[in-house]
Amino acid sequence: MRLWKGWIVATKDFSVVRKNKYILYSIIAMPLIFGIALPLMLSIMLAGAPVNVVMSLLGMLNGFFAVIAAMLPTVIASYSFVGEKVERSLEPLLATPTTDGELLLGKCLAAFLPSMAATYIGAVSFVAVIDAWSYINQGVVMLPNLNLALILGFVAPLACIVSVEANVIVSSRVSDVRAAQQLGGILVLPIVLVLTLGSLFAFMPADLLALVISGVLAIAAVALFYVSKATFRREEILTRWK
Amino acid sequence: MIETENLTRKFGELTAVDNLTLKVEEGEVFGFLGPNAAGKTTTVRMLCGLIAKTSGNARIGDFSVDDPEDCLKIRKMVGLLPGDVGLYDSLSAYTNLDFYGKLYEVSRERREENIKQLLSLLGIWERRDHPVGTFSKGTKQKIAIARALIHDPELLFLDEPTANLDPEASKTVRDFVLDLKKEKRTIFINTHNLSEAEKLCDRIGIIKTHLLTIGSPESLARGLQTRKTVVQLQQVSPKLLASVEKLHAVKDARTVDNQLVLDMDEPERDNPDVVRTIVEAGGRVQYVTELRSTLEDVYLKMIKEAEEQ
Repeated sequence: MRLWKGWIVATKDFSVVRKNKYILYSIIAMPLIFGIALPLMLSIMLAGAPVNVVMSLLGMLNGFFAVIAAMLPTVIASYSFVGEKVERSLEPLLATPTTDGELLLGKCLAAFLPSMAATYIGAVSFVAVIDAWSYINQGVVMLPNLNLALILGFVAPLACIVSVEANVIVSSRVSDVRAAQQLGGILVLPIVLVLTLGSLFAFMPADLLALVISGVLAIAAVALFYVSKATFRREEILTRWK
Repeated sequence: MIETENLTRKFGELTAVDNLTLKVEEGEVFGFLGPNAAGKTTTVRMLCGLIAKTSGNARIGDFSVDDPEDCLKIRKMVGLLPGDVGLYDSLSAYTNLDFYGKLYEVSRERREENIKQLLSLLGIWERRDHPVGTFSKGTKQKIAIARALIHDPELLFLDEPTANLDPEASKTVRDFVLDLKKEKRTIFINTHNLSEAEKLCDRIGIIKTHLLTIGSPESLARGLQTRKTVVQLQQVSPKLLASVEKLHAVKDARTVDNQLVLDMDEPERDNPDVVRTIVEAGGRVQYVTELRSTLEDVYLKMIKEAEEQ
């Protein structure tokens, strides 16, 4: 597989995404809400709260960055093959000397990179707002901590990869963007559920939980990669999509 | 350049292409004529390595469509204009072509050169940065042709190149294909536009799931053996018809309005005798013309026969 071919497909998709206001606003809205609006609200609500209360609350919120990383690709990835079909550009694309793996890689990168960029931008602004508030009010810098590092370093990227793969699989099997988004959203639900429950109920130490979830997601990512390669059949896409 | 032997493609119980055997030479413009669902697009997709064959063989140059590695090489040497233009509407004409140039592994310098040359030739260079979505159907079709040529392919597949275009845009596209023909490129055109096939193609194959006939437009028309002499008269009478029918050279004679339509083996030799006989019988000849069978006659006959079988 030639990685640069995948990169060409991905950069083209970036350009298309940039021109699609619906996708663009979705990507921008998430970091704005979770990175700025949420910590600002917290700083107002938690004014005067003890440090340990704030810290435990932040521990629960860290997991939301993995949730964002899992949710954002549902918007972009569902457009990947379905978008090509809608524009009727799939046949000329498949007629180029590009392998199925290279096309899949390109489509995955196109969904993964903007989603992770938005997640990290959200996380950085979240940390900045929380730290500014905590330093001013309590004289301590609370973030980043080990748990957030684990979530941003492992859980979020892996959740994003699993979400991208699941959505690309769905996207290459249906011929309507809305159907792709709905199915993709449903497929991402288990990931979101595990992450949310894990962060809310803390049934094991948060850092250990992050590592366990990372392991499960890594296995799922590898399995879905093979499923996506096996289910991507250019012939079926060309002849059955109407 | 293209060689197929008993190439067959089935979709479940449905046979889309049945035992297709043909050979297209390098530098030839070959037209594939057939009604909708005749197997034209399926054939092109098999030849481009986009879909697999059910049985038979097909080769493009030195490469077989069976081998996945060969398929990549085939796709590199082939340019495809599909039935739908399939351009990215939100991107500019230049960006669309540049993207495909990169996928076809064309160097940056050559890409820039080719894009400029093709868009200039098609009269779109000044609007190269406009989003494709703002262009007319005809202009989009031109850009799609430029896309098919971005990597200087040895072989060009054009699937219905003028379908849904207005007459002016159709002419532009046809003229462009004629220019490509002068460059001695091998071109395979799918069409159900008979006059287009007649104007552009060196040879034509008529297909309806299986290949019905193949040959140059002239030889196909000749093959129908319906050269007739038409004599336009001021007034046709039964006496005139009877006198013409008596001539040994006339195999068949009939009247249509004030015309005598005569079937003869060698009209060049026998027409003077026919005219003299008519004049001697009191007929006033206004003009004499030849009625040749056209590609349309051949096409309709072949398709009708195929449907009756």
